Amino acid sequence: MQDDGENARFGMKDHFQLRFKAWRGFCVGVTGSIEQQGAFIMLVVEEVTKRYRMGDQEILALNRVSLTVDRAEMVAIVGASGSGKSTLMHILGCLDRPDSGRYVLNGRDVSRLLGDELARIRNREIGFVFQTFNLLPRMSALENVELPLLYAGHPAAKIEAAKALEQVGLASRMYHEPNQLSGGQRQRVAIARALVTNPSIILADEPTGNLDSKSSEEIMAVFQRLNREDGRTIIIVTHEQEIAAKCQRQIRIRDGQILS
Amino acid sequence: MLILTLIKVSLKSLWANKMRSFLATLGIIIGVGAVIAMLALGEGAKRQITQKVSSLGSNLMILRPGQKGSRGVQSSTYDNLKLEDAEAILHKVPEVLQLSPVIRGSAQVKYLNQNTRVPITGAAVTYFSIRNFALQHGRPFTDAETREQARLAVIGSQTADDLFKGRSPLGKVIKVNGLNFKIIGLLKVKGDEGWYNPDNQLIIPYTTAMKQLFGLDYLGGIDLQIKKGVDPEEVKKKITAVMRHQHRIPADMPLDFTLQSQAEVLETLNSITLALTLLLGGIASISLLVGGIGIMNIMLVTVTERTREIGIRKALGARNRDILRQFLFESTLISLIGGGIGVALGIGICYLIDSIFSFSTLIQPTYVAIAFSFSAAVGTFFGFYPALRAARQDPIEALRYE
Ligand SMILES: Nc1ncnc2c1ncn2[C@@H]1O[C@H](COP(=O)(O)OP(=O)(O)OP(=O)(O)O)[C@@H](O)[C@H]1O
Ligand SMILES: [Mg+2]
Repeated sequence: MQDDGENARFGMKDHFQLRFKAWRGFCVGVTGSIEQQGAFIMLVVEEVTKRYRMGDQEILALNRVSLTVDRAEMVAIVGASGSGKSTLMHILGCLDRPDSGRYVLNGRDVSRLLGDELARIRNREIGFVFQTFNLLPRMSALENVELPLLYAGHPAAKIEAAKALEQVGLASRMYHEPNQLSGGQRQRVAIARALVTNPSIILADEPTGNLDSKSSEEIMAVFQRLNREDGRTIIIVTHEQEIAAKCQRQIRIRDGQILS
Repeated sequence: MLILTLIKVSLKSLWANKMRSFLATLGIIIGVGAVIAMLALGEGAKRQITQKVSSLGSNLMILRPGQKGSRGVQSSTYDNLKLEDAEAILHKVPEVLQLSPVIRGSAQVKYLNQNTRVPITGAAVTYFSIRNFALQHGRPFTDAETREQARLAVIGSQTADDLFKGRSPLGKVIKVNGLNFKIIGLLKVKGDEGWYNPDNQLIIPYTTAMKQLFGLDYLGGIDLQIKKGVDPEEVKKKITAVMRHQHRIPADMPLDFTLQSQAEVLETLNSITLALTLLLGGIASISLLVGGIGIMNIMLVTVTERTREIGIRKALGARNRDILRQFLFESTLISLIGGGIGVALGIGICYLIDSIFSFSTLIQPTYVAIAFSFSAAVGTFFGFYPALRAARQDPIEALRYE
């Protein structure tokens, strides 16, 4: 019953999206580029394919995937293990490039960019949160959060980093090193690091995968607050239905293809 | 990224692997230490040789009678070097500033109950300036006194100590082979020169030495001082021509004398020390090179070990060049620290050599600077390949690395 209601809602949304796409298609026809239609749209993925070759066996990790995410949306990507969720996230996070298809982020086609340009986009426009936290050991929480700003050449990295840690409720743990923090706290440091550059979008690949339910809820609360109060665009990959339910939209993926 | 952050990060990661970092720098430490010590040894030897040779006199040339029957078992020197030869050279070769006939021998010297055998040098007054002999007290004999065959002597400091036990020798009369000689001068200490000791001798007028003491009508040699700035080779040719004429030696016959310039001696000795220095320095540089390979090895391990860190940094927006810079900086820092310790080690070795072998090494600051910067260059050079490997990691694969 509840499920039906949700489907109905997503159905509505899909309908809206289809119309929106059509409208965008029209605009592309008029202006020659969808890059100029960026007012509401955070990112557009079109017909993206990614293959992995293992010996002479080829795995189609992503099979002509298309999706659109609006600004200030909070989206969940769900699907079975091995369905291609992480592969998609890596492409969305500019950590990897698609074999074919287009990826337009923030009005700019980034699917053909090379190393340094991608690094710049990862640095300025994307905040990535990993399942395994991926904090640098032997560096304080503050130094970890500072890192993206240092690569950006930010003049007041320390101050900004401290602010970001405050936002995730870790002002009192700034000088702790990762191994002196709990799993939930580590993930909050990672979130602070993801949002410190004020990116357009935060991508989180199973951010609660290594956490107990209480910490998971805390982390989700942080994401929800960032989405509602600051209007940040957030994409979360998850296995857990409760987590997915907290997002405005769910994208289901199976065998490298988007179901809904 | 800020250089300060870079330093901090590098120092931290070096400190986290203290033992490994130390082992990595060991090669550089030994290399730099060895290079500095070897060069200091060579420079010290060079300085010592230069000092010794120039204390013999500047622009010195030494003419000695040749060996008779060069192939024979017995060889004695020719006794045909005459005073007239010296005069001819002085008149016909204007590049010769001054010269002095030299008679060498030894005699029994007595003063009160002291009795010892002392080397005797018969010479002209010019000998003192040609050979750089300065007087502590008194005066040398004059030209007039030389013509009169005066029995006057200038005494070496060590001989004076032996005979007079610290009292002033001036004005004292000593017996040399039974003849009375008055001491009118005391030489300044010059220091042992290895092949002969200038502090142990009596210098007397050559006329007195020839006619009264040894009864000779030929010379033991001629010491010449040539003018500054003239080519010693040219002067040698001219003197040789004069001597051929004097001794009537046809152009195709061998000479009956030898003529050596101090510049030549210095050059030969210096080229020997230079070759030795280069050899030793070269061997030491090889260890510096081996040290570089050690750094490369450690850096490759480090890069592999920190693959995940590289992935994280790239995910956060580090460009390839940021990663390259970080690891390059680290390897340079390792070798700089190694170079610093190596400099200290090298200086330490020099002190050790000086105190154990009573030799004085000479540490040239420029060589220290060169060895130090070379070590930094070694670190940068050998760190480049590992750093490049780090920089070229694919972010996804690096993040997946366990
Ligand atoms: N580097 C790789 N080389 C070969 N195959 C790969 C590689 N990365 C992913 N794959 C394959 O691509 C497919 C999708 O992998 P992906 O990691 O995206 O799955 P996932 O949905 O994230 O799974 P999980 O929920 O377990 O994290 C899988 O079949 C996987 O085996
Ligand atoms: Mg995954």
